[in-house]
Amino acid sequence: MTDDLDDLRKAMKAATPAPDAGAKAGNIALAQKNFANLQGSGEVTRPKSNRIWTGVKAMFSTMTTRGGLVASTALIAIGFVALNPQLLEFGAQPEAVTLPASVGSEPLEMAAEDRHTGAIVLEETAPATLAAPQAASKRLQQTAESYDWPETRIYPQPAPRPSIVLPDGDAVAPAPVIESDTEAFPDAAANPLKITAEEPVSTFSIDVDTASYAVVRNSLMNGALPPRAAVRVEEMVNYFPYAYPAPDGNAPFQPTVTVAETPWNPGTQLVHIGLQGAEITERPPLNLVFLIDTSGSMQAANKLPLLKQSFRLMLSQLRPKDEVSIVTYAGSAGQVLEPTAASERSVILEALDRLEAGGGTDGQAGLQQAYEVAEGMSAEGEVSRVILATDGDFNVGLSDPAALTDFIAEKRESGTYLSVLGFGRGNLDDATMQALAQNGNGQAAYIDTLSEAQKVLVDQLTGALFPIADDVKVQVEFNPARIAEYRLIGYETRALRREDFNNDRVDAGEIGAGHTVTAIYEVTPVGSDAVMSDPLRYGDAVAGDPEAEIGFLKLRYKAPGADESALIEQPLPEASSLGGEAQFAVAIAGFGQLLKGESALLEWGYGDAIALANGAKGDDPFGYRAEAVSLMRLAQSLSE
Amino acid sequence: MCASVKPFKMRMTTDDRSLGLAAAGGDAAAFAALLERHYDRMFGLAFRLTGQQAEAEDLTQDICAALPAKIRAYRGEAAFSTWLYRVVVNAAHDRRRRQATHRKAAQGWGDWEVNRVAANAEAADAQEWLQTAMASLPEALRDTLALVLDDMNHAEVGAVLGISEGTVSWRVSEAKKHLRSLKEKETT
Repeated sequence: MTDDLDDLRKAMKAATPAPDAGAKAGNIALAQKNFANLQGSGEVTRPKSNRIWTGVKAMFSTMTTRGGLVASTALIAIGFVALNPQLLEFGAQPEAVTLPASVGSEPLEMAAEDRHTGAIVLEETAPATLAAPQAASKRLQQTAESYDWPETRIYPQPAPRPSIVLPDGDAVAPAPVIESDTEAFPDAAANPLKITAEEPVSTFSIDVDTASYAVVRNSLMNGALPPRAAVRVEEMVNYFPYAYPAPDGNAPFQPTVTVAETPWNPGTQLVHIGLQGAEITERPPLNLVFLIDTSGSMQAANKLPLLKQSFRLMLSQLRPKDEVSIVTYAGSAGQVLEPTAASERSVILEALDRLEAGGGTDGQAGLQQAYEVAEGMSAEGEVSRVILATDGDFNVGLSDPAALTDFIAEKRESGTYLSVLGFGRGNLDDATMQALAQNGNGQAAYIDTLSEAQKVLVDQLTGALFPIADDVKVQVEFNPARIAEYRLIGYETRALRREDFNNDRVDAGEIGAGHTVTAIYEVTPVGSDAVMSDPLRYGDAVAGDPEAEIGFLKLRYKAPGADESALIEQPLPEASSLGGEAQFAVAIAGFGQLLKGESALLEWGYGDAIALANGAKGDDPFGYRAEAVSLMRLAQSLSE
Repeated sequence: MCASVKPFKMRMTTDDRSLGLAAAGGDAAAFAALLERHYDRMFGLAFRLTGQQAEAEDLTQDICAALPAKIRAYRGEAAFSTWLYRVVVNAAHDRRRRQATHRKAAQGWGDWEVNRVAANAEAADAQEWLQTAMASLPEALRDTLALVLDDMNHAEVGAVLGISEGTVSWRVSEAKKHLRSLKEKETT
């Protein structure tokens, strides 16, 4: 059917007349005259639509640091004067500082003929003089304002802040206030320093989510330090692939533990625990159900269009035996693509192209259908996964995250995994995304660029989609005779109770093929200057064996689909020095803590993080580490 | 203490976005340069949207009259041509709406039909088909097609209309369906 369009294009070209030369000259002259008049009037642009305030709001909502706020306020002050020469002229006079009264309270006189043709005829208005700027400009602005084409008709913009209406009926734009957007992040305080004698055992679930790093990157790229609650150190550390020693034989993963001096505190040591998942060469057929949010909020270019491109990338990685189905949710849930073999690329791509955004979000109905489809697709020996792609805004049905997570947890038992891909910012409900992925035994990743999609869906496809160990839990017992205090860096949202470690019914994170997971403790040896807490006056002498190792590491995991867990245990080694891979992980952990404003870092700053990371970039085949260093530089300049 | 605006140098090579930002800040020369550069394309799109030369001239005049006020809001977030096309499409919507009100107030469809028939009578065959075809499309499809026929790709059209690329593609295929059925009707 392109022929029709080509015909039409040709016909259209031929039919399009040249603009009338006289009209063109006249129109251009009219525009220039209006332009000149408008500059002379010195009116603030269109108080009616609150455009300036919309911009200010956007600026404030991305600037969250104190320094950023001061800087942006200064910028606004400059911008305001530039837009409003009148303020410059009258800046010293208090009455001139009030915003000009807006127009629109008096009916506009316009000849019927003019209204019909839509032409605006500006009267000869003397250039606004300093003596009477208001009076001269008011009429002019009315004329221009009366020709208002509200762009909000087809381009949704943030709702204008309500104007304050003065007694005489004139509206004045209110002063800007800092408004938060609707992004929500899980609210977890940094892990506190624990006293070994009181609480010798630390238990947590591993976490292979990486969403926080992408959110941090997105913030920094937009020139603002990320909100502290958006920074999850373990997700930043686990964003990067590390080349830890690989497991031998049949073990699904291999722990490597190093103890070394802390870069930011000579009085403490870091316990670096690296888990390396086994690579798989032969993989079972994969059933993927894409559950795609097509609500109106997904329309932006960095959401649905990016999602489509991402899935295109991923399709190229699938094998002919894999099957794909697409379910959408937006107002009502629907299966857009029946389960289709991955070899039928064009059918799948066509279905993807048909997707469009519009309507409200009803997450739960879509989710139920996606699981039904996935269950229908799965056969013996195959892996099924629902991939939920959303900007995280579940408007309907999921207002109660607890009910939702219960549903997903129940489905997890049936062997269908859930991954969550987050798109877009500003509307992203990070907390719900986390809750979903953690309960669905899946990964949550935030996709802001095509290269991030490349990383998550192509470079790490096997790891992201093929779990090799489920419910991986870590427990470390420190020897109170050797370690006075300890602090787990990150994993705040992943803490488990001590007794949960041996309880196979308690859910935990999964490791995918080839994945690496890193956890870091900062520990203070007994007798170090850096010990923060005084010994108890009336307490017993500290138990423990000063001759024994500093602590003991236990890991529990389940083979995929298994009900019973297996145990790996080993003592923590004596202090040595960090290898290059561990050093980079520590640099990122330091970076994340700086962004969180962690006081334990003492005088250590971004410069130190950059130096540490630069010394440990390694091969960096995908350039992730180089990118991290440039983000550190950005954060350094933003925080100054 | 003077709010005069420093004029841009190297005008001929300055890109649209910089000119647009300068014009938004009050640079009259930048504004004039932009207008000179884009007038013909603006008129062309106005013609595609309205289908009649006289209408297109009037629409362009509307836009020229109000552009000085509107350009103050340009902040360089979109490419200047995208932004300008948005202005044109919105102005066309506004004009259609006003005309619809006017028609209702006057004689309803009769007036419009008389105008349309008169306009068609003057036009060549191809052009007649074109105008009828365009006029027969629902507004959203017509706007989309007008932009696509301007050699914009679907992503750019999406940016102008504030809709996704996929929606543009869908609308184009819908428009094609309409045109196809129109052609079939004509041939039978």
